[in-house]
Amino acid sequence: MKLRVTNHPILGNPEKKKAVTFTFNDKQYTGYEDESLAAALLANEIRTLRHHEESGSPRGIYCNIGHCFECRVSINGKQGVRACLTPLKENMIVESHGKLPTPVRDWRSSDE
Amino acid sequence: MNNVIIIGSGPAGLTAAITCAQKGLEVYVIDEYMKPGGRLLGQLYEQPDGTWWNGINESNKLFQQAVDLGIQFYLETAVFNIEKKDNRWKVYTDKETFQTTNLLLATGAAEAPVPIPGWTLPGVMSVGAAQVMTNVHRVKPGNRGIIIGINVLSSAIAMELKLAGVDIACLALPKNNQITHESAHPKKVLDSLLHVAHMAPSSFVKLGSKLMKNNFMKELGVTFFPRNGVKMWDIPIQLKKAVIEIYGEQEVAGVTIASISSKGEVIEGSEENIAVDFVCIAGGLYPLGELAALTGCPFHYIEELGGYVPLHNEQMETPVEGLFVAGNITGIEGAKVAAAQGRVAGLSIAERTGQHQLEEELKDAIKQVADTRKNAYIQFHPEVESGRRTVQMEWEEYWSKREQII
Ligand SMILES: Cc1cc2nc3c(=O)[nH]c(=O)nc-3n(C[C@H](O)[C@H](O)[C@H](O)COP(=O)(O)OP(=O)(O)OC[C@H]3O[C@@H](n4cnc5c(N)ncnc54)[C@H](O)[C@@H]3O)c2cc1C
Ligand code: FES
Repeated sequence: MKLRVTNHPILGNPEKKKAVTFTFNDKQYTGYEDESLAAALLANEIRTLRHHEESGSPRGIYCNIGHCFECRVSINGKQGVRACLTPLKENMIVESHGKLPTPVRDWRSSDE
Repeated sequence: MNNVIIIGSGPAGLTAAITCAQKGLEVYVIDEYMKPGGRLLGQLYEQPDGTWWNGINESNKLFQQAVDLGIQFYLETAVFNIEKKDNRWKVYTDKETFQTTNLLLATGAAEAPVPIPGWTLPGVMSVGAAQVMTNVHRVKPGNRGIIIGINVLSSAIAMELKLAGVDIACLALPKNNQITHESAHPKKVLDSLLHVAHMAPSSFVKLGSKLMKNNFMKELGVTFFPRNGVKMWDIPIQLKKAVIEIYGEQEVAGVTIASISSKGEVIEGSEENIAVDFVCIAGGLYPLGELAALTGCPFHYIEELGGYVPLHNEQMETPVEGLFVAGNITGIEGAKVAAAQGRVAGLSIAERTGQHQLEEELKDAIKQVADTRKNAYIQFHPEVESGRRTVQMEWEEYWSKREQII
């Protein structure tokens, strides 16, 4: 939890919050209830939230306020949810999206 | 039923909601974020009188006032479409569909991206993302970072990151390309930097802002700008260096930076690597007007206001019956101006519902917007007042053309 800002010179200590556990790609982590899932993951030093559907390149948060959809993950089975807008809850099951098969492209790629 | 729906719970939306509720209207506020306050939440700076502007406290105060007035909040609710049917607005969200006769769009601003090689690597984020992580969620974006893009917002956020104990290697320009042209041009950047000079302890920037009134001096300013940069809050500002690439296998490991000429061209052989674990991109802000575009409201591109803005008048009405706008959707300015505009919009909406004798209040509120603008500590564009005049002119032209047709 190196990245948590504890005593801030102006903002002081963060308000006390309940610790909860959640899983990300089957591994267990702890975070604070109702903080954003993106913040909880970053506090656990997780920056890669998914791999791009087509290129497979790793992606993480970009805007952190809901505009760019770069942080989309699946939460309790629901796909395409923005981690930066989702409050963390106890026992949340979070999974990364990965590269999808693109049969049309694969078929043509030999000609390109 | 006299009701109003407000989309966006930033300073503009919250202040408008409070104003409407004080006039007896039934108010619903919808916002996709999990906390009310919008981009006010992340703001933190020392004001000229020595007190701190703490966005979290300011947001909480407004929210509490709104709740006490009985305003209904629908947070974590994203609006994806609006439609007008039989003189009523239908507001489609990812939860339920709402209806109203008066609709206020207070959706704020978004950050423009600056694509640079490597910018999709995890660890690269917008400068606003770092602000929200640090000040709102209290999680550092990393241990040591670099900020690409030198402007009002990135200078302010660099200081905020430093306050939270995050090491910032420097602020540097993006490499010049077709997309980054203005933000990669040292003279243009120096020009904009001079407007934040009052925030900078560095005597070079402060002195410079007094001296460099004309273009010739600015040219000289860039030429004499120290090769190693000047420091603001002890963070080096590199007006003569540009980031040409962000590197890393799976995540950010560092950036390659090079010296540039006063015209922004990379000087070959000057490349060096700086190790960082996060990178912020600061491309500037633009008004977030997508929802207004769905209503058929006309838009105008006004550079001083940050981009395309929905046509509106001083009363915050649009030409579309029952549609109002307030805050950064009408042009990029600080939170205090957004709040003042919110009050105007609230009074205009109350007037539309048939309330009388609001003229004086409305006049005062409009004057308050202008006064707040004049005294603003942070100004995103030095010519914002001229941008505001342009919108007003467009508004008059729009109606005079309509009259000719009729
Ligand atoms: C990243 C960022 C950082 C900024 N930092 C500063 C700063 O440090 N200092 C400063 O003076 N100004 C800053 N600004 C400028 C800021 O826009 C104003 O200070 C002020 O917050 C504008 O108020 P507003 O009410 O117009 O919009 P905002 O405060 O942006 O509020 C708009 C709200 O609308 C919501 N919203 C938007 N679209 C939808 C939708 N479709 N459905 C549901 N809800 C929606 C958003 O979630 C948000 O809460 C920043 C802007 C941004 C984008
Ligand atoms: S990081 Fe942009 S939407 Fe979540």
